[in-house]
Amino acid sequence: MTPTTLEIPDGAQNPVEPFLRMDRMPHIWCPGCGIGTTVNCFTRALLDSKVNLDKVAIVSGIGCTGRVAGYARLDSFHTTHGRAIPFATGMKLANPELQVVVYSGDGDLFAIGGNHFIHAARRNMDLKVICVNNMTYAMTGGQSSSTTPAHVISATAPYGAFEPTFNLVALAEAAGASYVARWTTYHVKQLSRSMEEVLHKKGFCFIEVLSPCPTLYQRRNKMGDGLDAMKYYKQASKIRNGAPTGECTLSKSGEIVVGKFVDRDRPDYLELLRAQMTEALGERYVESEASCSC
Amino acid sequence: MHADPKGVLTGVHFLDGDHACCEGTLAAGARFAAGYPITPSTEVVERFASRIPTVGGIFIQMEDELAASIAIQGAVWAGAKAFTVTSGPGFSLMMEHIGLAAMTETPCVFVDVQRGGPSTGLPTLPGQADMMQARWGSHGDYGIIALCPNSPQECFDLTIQAFNLSEEFRVPVMMMMDECVGHMTEKVVIPEPDQIEITPRRYTKLPPEEYRPFEPREDLVPDMARTGEGYRFHITGLTHDERGYPNMSVETQDRLVRRLLAKLNPLANGRSLCETENLEDADVVVVSYGITSRVAQRAIQLARSRGIRAGKFRLITAWPFPAERIRELAGRVKAFVVPELNLGQMVLEVERAAAGQAKVIPVSHAGGTVHNPDTILNAIVEAAR
Repeated sequence: MTPTTLEIPDGAQNPVEPFLRMDRMPHIWCPGCGIGTTVNCFTRALLDSKVNLDKVAIVSGIGCTGRVAGYARLDSFHTTHGRAIPFATGMKLANPELQVVVYSGDGDLFAIGGNHFIHAARRNMDLKVICVNNMTYAMTGGQSSSTTPAHVISATAPYGAFEPTFNLVALAEAAGASYVARWTTYHVKQLSRSMEEVLHKKGFCFIEVLSPCPTLYQRRNKMGDGLDAMKYYKQASKIRNGAPTGECTLSKSGEIVVGKFVDRDRPDYLELLRAQMTEALGERYVESEASCSC
Repeated sequence: MHADPKGVLTGVHFLDGDHACCEGTLAAGARFAAGYPITPSTEVVERFASRIPTVGGIFIQMEDELAASIAIQGAVWAGAKAFTVTSGPGFSLMMEHIGLAAMTETPCVFVDVQRGGPSTGLPTLPGQADMMQARWGSHGDYGIIALCPNSPQECFDLTIQAFNLSEEFRVPVMMMMDECVGHMTEKVVIPEPDQIEITPRRYTKLPPEEYRPFEPREDLVPDMARTGEGYRFHITGLTHDERGYPNMSVETQDRLVRRLLAKLNPLANGRSLCETENLEDADVVVVSYGITSRVAQRAIQLARSRGIRAGKFRLITAWPFPAERIRELAGRVKAFVVPELNLGQMVLEVERAAAGQAKVIPVSHAGGTVHNPDTILNAIVEAAR
């Protein structure tokens, strides 16, 4: 087979380039991986939402998706494993003017970091949490995560996974999230729109994005490459906006219910804080300044 | 720069060490605290929770110590001065984020009100057995600063110092209190705001296109940028170059990690804080810190009244350890007596610094109460022989 070469004409520029640290390219993600697709959607959402990019901070944990913060040309923080949400919580509360986005993977946000996720949702902390769910710990070689479906072979489940999984969208809704949606990397338009929507929505917002890991998850399970994953997402996905999240459990090769499931208005953490302190302290209450003069 | 008057409760107070520490955080300019309840440290943030809504700032009770110890770092990068408070088991849980703060050079303060350990140990009783953990508890090579108050007044004063040092050196600073100091109530004088010196955070003056987040100044400490001001900087716990970008090369690792330690060199000796008495003629020097230093004080008095030339060396800065000062003393004294509420931690540093020039006698105690002064006195008498 003759290798294909792609000539890039002079002056051509991908419209998302201004949002990326081009001096860090090439990125570390494998061919067929979906994380880059989600980043593309995210940058388009930032562009379309017309938010002030100087005021957007992105926080990641550890793992393949944890590397997103490092490629985004924003104030960006690559924290410890599982702890992006509490870091983001401190950041948001110390400067409420910031739009704080948490961008991380299923292992990071829901296994080691699961406690922080439910508590941030409970508090309705004004954070936008994007979880790229590839159903595995990819960075470390494809071990089982809390979303690895039954019967899937992983590095730590050589005879097949059997633990019940988290249904992330149901978990988010139950814990109190204001906005809950799920898409796949096949649904780039819808995902981009959801991301844009949460940038204008107050409170704890959660978007799950199913994303392929051809190198580990699919190879081990003879599920083909990145393109095969797209075909599967296309064929198996059913858009059901408003579907009860309890009915949206994922499996190895079954139906994928996607859509926006929850969009509700609850007072966020800072609104609740202000209301309670004003009730208790009246004029003695001094609201936190955007950031201190230190 | 002087303290912001909003946080300063000027006057003469009767406070316990935990509450005095809280007033120290407010006077130092801390406007963000995250905590998780744990005895005997919780009073610090309980008071902060009560004070901060009328000062202007945030207290949040997080879901665990892992969360508390990183929420403060998010707040710091957003522009606040921030701290957390814990004890024993909670301090163990915070270790990873002490490493993160050291690696990302995030100025912040960790207050550890030490109790008896290991594990759940003695939740309501004193210990001093976290001293080595404070220095070495997170993985990898890094430096920190640790201060040891021995009174509520010092809990106030040293907390301000802790914040100032964290800004100057961009390291996590540990306030190594103990249950006794945390819970003892004494007079605490809080000065006027213009009598309190505050070290402001050093933000870069360079425009965003020229700013490199980890380009050190001559003193080996880099300038910071604040989130939300267009600098678009990147912070990572991975080994990183001056741009803040991950870089897995041996050279970058070497340059970065050596600098994280070297930037603290000025503190190790010349600027270390200690309290000394009667060192001029001393045959025996008692090296102590925290609550134990107050028991040692009595033992030294008793020894002097018996004609033994005993001197006092109280560590206020425990880390970096003032090795050169101990080494200098070791050349001219017979022995060091080192009482501490653990089975031998800082005594190892004294031994290292003394390097065989003088005897080093540990007076260990597993914790749960303080030493009997006679125990320390006996060690002094023995050492003077």
